[in-house]
Amino acid sequence: MKTWIEKQKALIDFTLSSLARRKVKNLGMLLVYTLIVFLLASVMLFTHALRREAAEVLKNSPEVIVQRMVAGRHDLIPPGYLEKLGRIRGVQKKEGRLWGYYYDGVVKANYTLMAPSAEAPAAQKVADGKIVIGAAMARARGLATGNLISFRSYSGRLFSFTVADVLPHAAELISADLILMSEADYRAFFDIPAGYYTDIALSVANPQEVRNIAAKLAEALPDSRPILRDEVLRTYESIFNWREGIVLVLLAGSIFAFAIFAWEKASGLSAEEKREIGILKAIGWETGDVIKMKFWEGALISLTAFLLGYVAAYVHVFRFSSMLFEPVLKGWAVLYPRFELTPVVDGFQVATLFFFTVFPYTVATIVPIWRAAITDPDAVMRG
Amino acid sequence: MLSRNSHRAFVFLVVSLALFLLTFADASSHRAERDAALESNARLVAQLGLTDLCLFTEARYTRHPSQADLHSAFQDHPTGLEHFPSGALLPPPRALAASYENLDRKTKSAD
Repeated sequence: MKTWIEKQKALIDFTLSSLARRKVKNLGMLLVYTLIVFLLASVMLFTHALRREAAEVLKNSPEVIVQRMVAGRHDLIPPGYLEKLGRIRGVQKKEGRLWGYYYDGVVKANYTLMAPSAEAPAAQKVADGKIVIGAAMARARGLATGNLISFRSYSGRLFSFTVADVLPHAAELISADLILMSEADYRAFFDIPAGYYTDIALSVANPQEVRNIAAKLAEALPDSRPILRDEVLRTYESIFNWREGIVLVLLAGSIFAFAIFAWEKASGLSAEEKREIGILKAIGWETGDVIKMKFWEGALISLTAFLLGYVAAYVHVFRFSSMLFEPVLKGWAVLYPRFELTPVVDGFQVATLFFFTVFPYTVATIVPIWRAAITDPDAVMRG
Repeated sequence: MLSRNSHRAFVFLVVSLALFLLTFADASSHRAERDAALESNARLVAQLGLTDLCLFTEARYTRHPSQADLHSAFQDHPTGLEHFPSGALLPPPRALAASYENLDRKTKSAD
């Protein structure tokens, strides 16, 4: 065993000095390799953590939301609609929700305005003339508790509100752009008469019955569109799927470029490398030794790139809030939540990443060497 | 001890491996810290009846993808293409096209 270890150590020594002879080329290669692993791992960790966060948080969203559609567009729920719903068996609780969007021309940002329901706990109730705002919105307008802010409504009237509270920074991922106001203020601001609602949230007594109730809803109210909590969760499950999104599409180009580069570098032996193999064989190295040496070369480079790339990706996503992705995710939006994701590391995903980054490179290094190493040293040296 | 290249490489790999393993430990310890925040966010969602994450605020169908209807991405004018950058990042909800139709009445005759 000791001899075996000594032999491997000698092979690694030789490999490293051989790599050092082409220092710039190999370091450049290592850097690009690490960067590719870093990008792939960042996307993987970010999307996985975000999906999990969505599933954890949105499991409490309303069981069924009923929208009313007019000509393919979402329309207000008219008076009397709520009463019709009450006759569907299995519906435990129903409440009209009031929420909408407001474009703030001052900072060119979109806000989500919402009136907490009458049944919301006292902590979430907002008095008339007051608003509770999300942290990103407070940041964009430089607001703090007690400040006054005015919005021009769509009817042209100016409304002033006092900021009663700012929602915690930890809740930015769900509430960055929220403005909570009282129902009376909401109706006055958007000019929505009493009895009208944006949509309806339903509670269902038996969770097994949700699909049946949705089917009954579609039957009883043909212009309604039920959205189930399951669908909301599935939407977020698929939103940042591993294969989806333009980040990976863009990344795919660089991955292929790297694959070609790595394949070219690893499989196409340069004349110098061929000569080196020829000399090694001529001075008595066995084919197995040459292959082992090249195996160490591939393994050391790919393992280093994987470990460094992965650790850098972890720090980027969970310690620096994925700051490199921010411009991509932000798009044209002015408000962007600053959120910290709960770190989730999926062993299976890490293993997949390891397999697809380390394994191909190591194999690509060995195969051409094996071909060169089994040929006659004289022929190899003559090229 | 570190006179040979192989020793140096070994130490470097061990340190990198330790950092790699540390990410797993860090994730589990950080998760415990974050659980309270996650819990309070879940409570806020329940209290306000929120349905979506606030990731993209630029368009209503990217702010609330789960609430968007089939036509919202092409809402501006007939044949007007969807043009918000995050629309490229955000695939249309799979559930939207599939189960919405299932829940609706089934046509008896072909259209």
